[in-house]
Amino acid sequence: MRDVAIIGVGANPKWGELWGRSLRDIFVEAALAAMDDAGVDRIDSMYVGCMSSGLFAGQEHIGSLLADYLGQRHLPATRIETACASGGVAVKMAALEVASGHADVVLAGGVEKMTDVGGADATYALGTAADAEYECYHGATFPGLYAMIARAHMDRYGTTAEMLAQVAVKNHDNGALNPMAQYPFKITAERVLNSIMIADPLHILDCSPITDGAAAAVLCPLETAKKLTKKQPVKVAGFGQATDAIQLAQREDMTWLESTAQAAARAYEMAGVEAKDIDLFEVHDCFTIAELVVMESLGLVGKGEGGKATLEGRTARDGDIPVNASGGLKSKGHPVGATGVAQVMEVVKQLRGEAGDRQIKDAKRGLTQNMGGSGGSSVVHILEVA
Amino acid sequence: MPSASYTREIPQRYRLEAGKCSSCGKIYYPPRLVCVCGGRDFETVALSDTGKVVTYTIIRVGPSDFVEEVPYGLGIVEVDGGVRLMAQLVDVPLDDIKTGMPVRLEFRKIYQEGEAGIICYGHKAVPA
Repeated sequence: MRDVAIIGVGANPKWGELWGRSLRDIFVEAALAAMDDAGVDRIDSMYVGCMSSGLFAGQEHIGSLLADYLGQRHLPATRIETACASGGVAVKMAALEVASGHADVVLAGGVEKMTDVGGADATYALGTAADAEYECYHGATFPGLYAMIARAHMDRYGTTAEMLAQVAVKNHDNGALNPMAQYPFKITAERVLNSIMIADPLHILDCSPITDGAAAAVLCPLETAKKLTKKQPVKVAGFGQATDAIQLAQREDMTWLESTAQAAARAYEMAGVEAKDIDLFEVHDCFTIAELVVMESLGLVGKGEGGKATLEGRTARDGDIPVNASGGLKSKGHPVGATGVAQVMEVVKQLRGEAGDRQIKDAKRGLTQNMGGSGGSSVVHILEVA
Repeated sequence: MPSASYTREIPQRYRLEAGKCSSCGKIYYPPRLVCVCGGRDFETVALSDTGKVVTYTIIRVGPSDFVEEVPYGLGIVEVDGGVRLMAQLVDVPLDDIKTGMPVRLEFRKIYQEGEAGIICYGHKAVPA
């Protein structure tokens, strides 16, 4: 297997409610930005992470559609769906195709166009990532499922609403420095705690938003990366993916994400590193509680210690384990299929020293963790300066 | 919930039928065709209708079929014997819902599906 590098990243310039842009518009903007960043005008293959273009935009078969609109008609193009982890898995599939030698320059994209439907339809579409027959049937929503994880974490470990709120405060502090963020402003813990309740104990400001957005990355063999681009190549040092029961009631432990733990174990082993060797983390904070449970499942802190570590500032940009310097899903936005690719994009920018005001000093190695449903899918990547 | 899938789920939804692995004894609700132990022979067993709440939330913004119902309690109930399932928590003031609360599963209407208003049944949890 060949070593793989990422030589270009890009996104549509501003995430949010993009009523004037279509799914194909935002994807092509992101893909062209990544190809321009890499300095390539053709690719050999493409993967597109997208959770539900069918329910959000009434369009399936988007691999071919988007290859055509990207000016790459006849390209092998494949859509990847693992709920909200679709983008991260698209990156993994692109890395595998380059590593195998089947293709040299492969684009991994992600896209979700979520605001062409109303709020109730969007809630329904997102709900299909849960167990339709035994969770949604009883009136479950995604905030509701994560609220149940939060309640279990509070009962077992004494985690508080203030700890959850601090995750949102910290991520908005970071997102305020990210030009592409949907909500680039600071918030206070008081504002989080006084915002309306969506599913107790989660307030609306504990939740990531509905977002239109796309992101892309260009991958190639590490040995040819330096010939193709003048920029600092970033090596895909490790990756891992794992699943779990998508139904929360069937998990062994509701306060733990076994899919994340197993995906991370595989990625750590492949990269030959441990959590302590990593300089920054982009993780799936779809809800504030998710960031805490993910940190624990990745081994950044012990079980039940995520909230305390957050209150102590350890996960801030200047802390010892910086988490979500990009603003995370909470502030940057969460176009579900694009999120995993955007996490990779942030780490690449950080490792190149291109992250502007939110730059983590001397970042040499970063980790992304992207998750589907309430933890039924997880994919982890470890990237490092080549 | 189209009628074909609704009809085939009736044994689970109406009678809480689960599958018990003949090899290792693990119980699955809903039933499955293969166990994590590799076993493929299952005995049909009915779940106990009593148990306790292991986690819960109050849904205040509901999905389209439940917008008229909010706010409502929703939780994971562990029935006697250890199997867990999701159910609404009803006939109890929302402020009184607590982790560990003893409950009994009762056969109830869950929601009306679609424009035709087909009534979908199942179990909800009430204080025991």
